[in-house]
Amino acid sequence: MRISGRVGYTTTCFLVVLTCSLVIIGCSPKDDASVAKTEGTQFTIKNKGSDTMVNLAQAWAEKYTGISSTASVEVSGGGSGTGVAALINGTVDIANCSRQIKPKELELATQNTGKTPQEFIVGYDALAVYVHQDTPIDKITITQLAEIYGENGTITKWSDLGISHSDCPSDKIIRISRQSNSGTYFYFREALLGKSRDFGIGSLDLHGSKDVVEVVGRTPCAIGYSGMGYATSHVKMLEVAADSDSPYYPPNLENVLAKTYPIARPLYMYSLGEPTGEVKRYLDWILSAEGQKIVEKLGFVPLESK
Amino acid sequence: MNILRKKSTANLPFSETAIELFIRLCGISSIIFVFGIFFFVFREGAGFLFGGLDLGQFLTSVEWQPTSLNNKRYGAFALIVGTFSVTVLAMCIAVPFGLGAAIFVSEFCSPKLREAFKIIIELLAAIPSVVWGFIGLTLMNQLIITVFKAPIGLTMLNGGIMLALMSVPIIVSIAEDALKAVPDSYREAAEALGATRWQVTYRVLLPAAKNGLLAAVLLGAARSIGETMAVLMATGHSVNIPSGPLSWIRTLTATIAAELGEVARGDEHYQVLFIIGILLFTITFVVNLIADLVIKGIRQEQ
Repeated sequence: MRISGRVGYTTTCFLVVLTCSLVIIGCSPKDDASVAKTEGTQFTIKNKGSDTMVNLAQAWAEKYTGISSTASVEVSGGGSGTGVAALINGTVDIANCSRQIKPKELELATQNTGKTPQEFIVGYDALAVYVHQDTPIDKITITQLAEIYGENGTITKWSDLGISHSDCPSDKIIRISRQSNSGTYFYFREALLGKSRDFGIGSLDLHGSKDVVEVVGRTPCAIGYSGMGYATSHVKMLEVAADSDSPYYPPNLENVLAKTYPIARPLYMYSLGEPTGEVKRYLDWILSAEGQKIVEKLGFVPLESK
Repeated sequence: MNILRKKSTANLPFSETAIELFIRLCGISSIIFVFGIFFFVFREGAGFLFGGLDLGQFLTSVEWQPTSLNNKRYGAFALIVGTFSVTVLAMCIAVPFGLGAAIFVSEFCSPKLREAFKIIIELLAAIPSVVWGFIGLTLMNQLIITVFKAPIGLTMLNGGIMLALMSVPIIVSIAEDALKAVPDSYREAAEALGATRWQVTYRVLLPAAKNGLLAAVLLGAARSIGETMAVLMATGHSVNIPSGPLSWIRTLTATIAAELGEVARGDEHYQVLFIIGILLFTITFVVNLIADLVIKGIRQEQ
């Protein structure tokens, strides 16, 4: 009796404390950014978005956190759409985006936060077309890619491209694509098919730039697209031409800067409103020679040196 | 003694009512949560479900083109087929293994071994699904390519094996409980009649534990239907009607996981993803209902 009474009392106390703490947690302010501003001496810049850019953003963040004594940068991926969604909700300071922000998103962000997102081009990315290293092909045209990836496309077999692929007995081209919230997916679709045609269904929609290269490297029948910075020794990057009458260009720095490589795109960062304070200092640093050196180091193409 | 008793009775009313209230709240909360979630999912999807979505197309078309710029099509048939086929495949693998393991653990193995087994099976249940997905993406992918000479290992078979491995622990622990719940007098009576151990299991225990075993299988199946991360990574995530275990597929859950992060709130695509949620809810509800009816039917027969 004595024991059960005591246990009952302590349990009750415990439960009361637990309930109170839950209530307190539930009521704590949602706006983490404002907490960081007032509490910490260090300002935390929240940065989120494109998976293509996540390694780059991480490298910038690490370097910058080492240099700056007043700010640190927190980076997460999830896809361009995810970054923009976070910007619209006002939970990040900078959104990374491998496609341009859509007018509707711009409008939503302005409506929600009262600030218009500002656009910064921070580098360029060439999308490489990857095949397995043993695939006997070196060149491809955008027209051919459109027929491979597009809806009701006419090229479904390697023999349709005029090659005999001995490592792929079924002869069927396995299309590797990306999940539809990826900026890479949107950009590649538009570059290949314009705005009126969709990708055909039945492609393998993988969940990251690295996965695409990884799977293509294991699959002789496969063709895939991903940033040129992700190349490994198991895959081959094809030279690309706009159509069969145009010259072929391999994806590299010179061709992207000369704008001769046909599937290269700018990489964007969006800040909420005109950037100020630490955020402005960070963006300025990214655009400086030092920040752009990191762009090149990670296999992307830096802005033309001024 | 008297004093002590007085003290504790003075304490009792407050603490007991408080605890009782808390426990009552816990009990009711599960009902509130289920209805709350259902209400939320339904509210998000209802606008488009009743205004604009071609339900016939949704259920029968394979064309899933939610991000098309001028011709959006929401055909979930391939996703539904994908979910069912990978679940059936997973159950074909998991049920024999799960029930077999449960029978072995409960009837045939020594008490010492049993404890070891139970701990290991619980460990298996504790592996996060993203780890299974990773194993599927790398190890099992390569294995399927090597063994079956498949062009790519990210297939329904890969997903099915991952799901089977994830649902086996559930099936084993529930089925083992069901077998343990059969009174020992049944075993003794059967053995007294000269039955061998296998005859006891097959003729007496399995029929007696039928309900529990069915519940084990259905809960395992429910786990498979609801699983997201592992199938997202292991099945190839491709809108495709499978022609065999080596085809790649996409499931309902994986579609929600892959696409919900991107859509604008309130958008058509956003609402369609919630309609898929309603569909998943309906499927699990029907599975549970069938289970209830079957179990009731069995009870009435007895």
